[in-house]
Amino acid sequence: MITKEKLFEIKEKTKPSLVEKLLEGDRVEFRGDDLVLKGEYYKKQVRIALKNCDIIDPTDIDEYIAFDGYFALLKALTEQEPGDVVAEITESLLRGRGGAGFPTGRKWNEAYKFDADKKYIICNADEGDPGAFMDRSILEKDPHSVLEGMAIGGYAIGSDQGYIYVRAEYPMAVKRLEIAIKQAKEYGLLGNNIFGTGFNFDIELRLGSGAFVCGEGTALMESIEGRRGMPRPKLYRTAHKGLWGKPTIINNVETLANVPAIMNKGAKWFRSIGTEESPGTKVFALVGKVENAGLVEVPMGMTLREIVFDIGGGAQDGKEYKAVQTGGPSGGCIPADLIDTPVDFESLGKIWSIMGSGGMVVMDENTCMVDIAKFFLDFSVDESCGKCVPCREGTKRMHEILDRITKGEGVEGDIERLENLSKTVSSTSLCGLGQTAPNPVITTIKYYRHEYEAHIKDKSCPAKSCKALIKYEITDDCIGCTRCAKVCPVVAITGKVKEKHLIDQAICIKCGACYDVCPVDAISII
Amino acid sequence: MNTVKLTINGKQYEIEKGTFVLKACSDIGIDIPTMCHDERLVPSGSCRLCQVEVEGWGKLHTACTTQVKEGMVIHTHSEKVVKARQDLLDMLISNHPLDCLTCESAGACKLQDLCYEYGITEGTYRWEMSKPYYDDTNPFYTFDASKCILCGLCVRVCDELQGTNAIGFENRGFETLVATPFGEGLENSTCVSCGNCVSVCPVGALEPRSKMKFRQWEIETTRTTCSYCGVGCQMDLKTKNNRVVGVEPAFDAHNEGLLCVKGKFSYNFLSHPDRLTMPLVRKDGVLVETTWDEAYNVITSKMKQTKEDFGSDSFAGLTSARCTNEDNYMFQKMFRSTLGTNNVDHCARL
Repeated sequence: MITKEKLFEIKEKTKPSLVEKLLEGDRVEFRGDDLVLKGEYYKKQVRIALKNCDIIDPTDIDEYIAFDGYFALLKALTEQEPGDVVAEITESLLRGRGGAGFPTGRKWNEAYKFDADKKYIICNADEGDPGAFMDRSILEKDPHSVLEGMAIGGYAIGSDQGYIYVRAEYPMAVKRLEIAIKQAKEYGLLGNNIFGTGFNFDIELRLGSGAFVCGEGTALMESIEGRRGMPRPKLYRTAHKGLWGKPTIINNVETLANVPAIMNKGAKWFRSIGTEESPGTKVFALVGKVENAGLVEVPMGMTLREIVFDIGGGAQDGKEYKAVQTGGPSGGCIPADLIDTPVDFESLGKIWSIMGSGGMVVMDENTCMVDIAKFFLDFSVDESCGKCVPCREGTKRMHEILDRITKGEGVEGDIERLENLSKTVSSTSLCGLGQTAPNPVITTIKYYRHEYEAHIKDKSCPAKSCKALIKYEITDDCIGCTRCAKVCPVVAITGKVKEKHLIDQAICIKCGACYDVCPVDAISII
Repeated sequence: MNTVKLTINGKQYEIEKGTFVLKACSDIGIDIPTMCHDERLVPSGSCRLCQVEVEGWGKLHTACTTQVKEGMVIHTHSEKVVKARQDLLDMLISNHPLDCLTCESAGACKLQDLCYEYGITEGTYRWEMSKPYYDDTNPFYTFDASKCILCGLCVRVCDELQGTNAIGFENRGFETLVATPFGEGLENSTCVSCGNCVSVCPVGALEPRSKMKFRQWEIETTRTTCSYCGVGCQMDLKTKNNRVVGVEPAFDAHNEGLLCVKGKFSYNFLSHPDRLTMPLVRKDGVLVETTWDEAYNVITSKMKQTKEDFGSDSFAGLTSARCTNEDNYMFQKMFRSTLGTNNVDHCARL
């Protein structure tokens, strides 16, 4: 059994040499009392959930303890009643980082108040948005923060059993979690009679099999129970009747990773970061056509401009920035003129997007918005579980229309049909997947209607991206270097050395290989 | 009784707490369409047709999964609700064959009825259709996936009421299919052919095999008691021209809409030429038809004679599980007190 003294001893023993080693490595620097990653990319970031990522060795529990790891659990168990912990989290106004933004404290309170012989706490690590890897990084690089957050949550609501539902496609995260759980159990930080307080808490892993919909709370519970992952109708709150009919709290990885920091530093400190209604930070996976792609953790309320330009360095290769998509397949595209929108739950909701779990895809001038809507819808069509009619049938039909439009086969009335389907699917679907699946379509029609019209009426793609609507031609600038002809996979380009070449449009498959290889930009897309 | 006051379609009602809106409405005579609901099963909320508008609640809510609350103002057929139902039906019919002319279920098809009620014709989105799949490996019924609307009633009945779990969902999204494990077909599944899935199918996806052609509107129904065992399940015989062409379980009886393979499918013997419809007695070595009175006379006189000539223990009686408890009781009583022997047994012990 671990004691308070033992925990302090490990910290004292590990920290000095660890800090020395890290500073020698020249990747970190002190910001106040905290060690943070060095470099321009990290200057504007405030890391709470990611605070240990890329700093400590995730396979060594001592290094986690060195930076106050498990001290929050110690404090909760030895100095606070479960109700106090719930009150502290409620006071911090921590909101669910999985995307919906429901206040964590209020959620915990529901289960805390509910009397039952067994309660469960689940960590939702079924991260599935395309291009999102926030949770994966936390699990791989700081798994103990999640375990500690879960144990604190378990203590608060009166649960002795936690499950981490992690996707099997994250083998490294699974491995790191297994190591972390084993180490925590060896130290007695998980298991029976933690810190001699009589509190028991165990965590088991449950592996998902690649269904996006299992990120939905009730589908996830069905999956843990061994059934097909399909959402349940919301007859009861899962905080009252969830996993195996028992009160269950389900929190996202990032939410749980925030919990130890809040317990250590207090709700007041947490609320001093971010905005009044959305305190704290949010981790984003900044991806797409952005100069500096990667994970960023910033205070809520920071504008998109600061994230995309100041941290991300703007669009790649000097191209013109066009839009940013937040919230993955459930989110919306935010056009360039709304770049000064602050990033928090409310502000993004007002412009028809959502915070989501943290995917942030940057798009440049060559991104076709119809094609982007199709891309995200393609994902939703694939991932719909098939249970309810609007999501199963409706998203499919929307995808068919979008597919037609991008192929130049759109017809008058398609935009209206899309709008109508979007409305029905979002207002009648059973779970969040269907309810939000039309968002990429709704926002792109709202902000880029002219692009849809150009595809349908003029049969042209303004971003010059939809293959069916563009043509590659060689201009008079051609120097006859023959590189394009050599690279063409279908031998559509002919011409003599040092003479202008020609593309046979009947053969060309519009792969763009010639465009990429031309040394004098003599290939134009029309 | 703990009740709540609420308004439905402009009228005030007082309804027991915890009642689902769908049930509350059906009790007061308001018909809300649904394709996936069954009172006996845990609500699934998959067809989304029963959605209603609740003032101040934002989006639409399914009546099958929403409980009545104090002060609720519900509209079951507002413009918004009707529009949503039309759109959903449009999506369903767009992915459904329009072969009502030859479909066995025409006239008893919920999709047909609702499309008629809500004015939906052939479907706006008749583009890609679900992949065809047909399972005719079961001797009693067939499954045609192209007509399946994935309401899930068959899967849930098989799981929650029958407890067999022979079928489930396969694949995802538009490719979802009701199927047996590993796609091995009904014949190789744990299906016991009870046919309870067939009884709940709202469309023509699950069809009993029938020897006779009939249209649903040509049939008469007659309530009767299943004669296969002593449970006494109630059922409605579907007859055309005085011939049984199908059986539906009674929902308002103790079997609550369930039957077994015999009750559901084994009725063809009723009109078989070999079936005995009159008692027979052997006269001069040949069995000839007779009246019940004469038959009973023969039985009682032979019993008396045998008892006199050979004694009580020359009798042995064997009764059947197809008789009721009361019949079985009377049978053993007749043997013990009238004939005076304990030589009486029952087929259930064999």
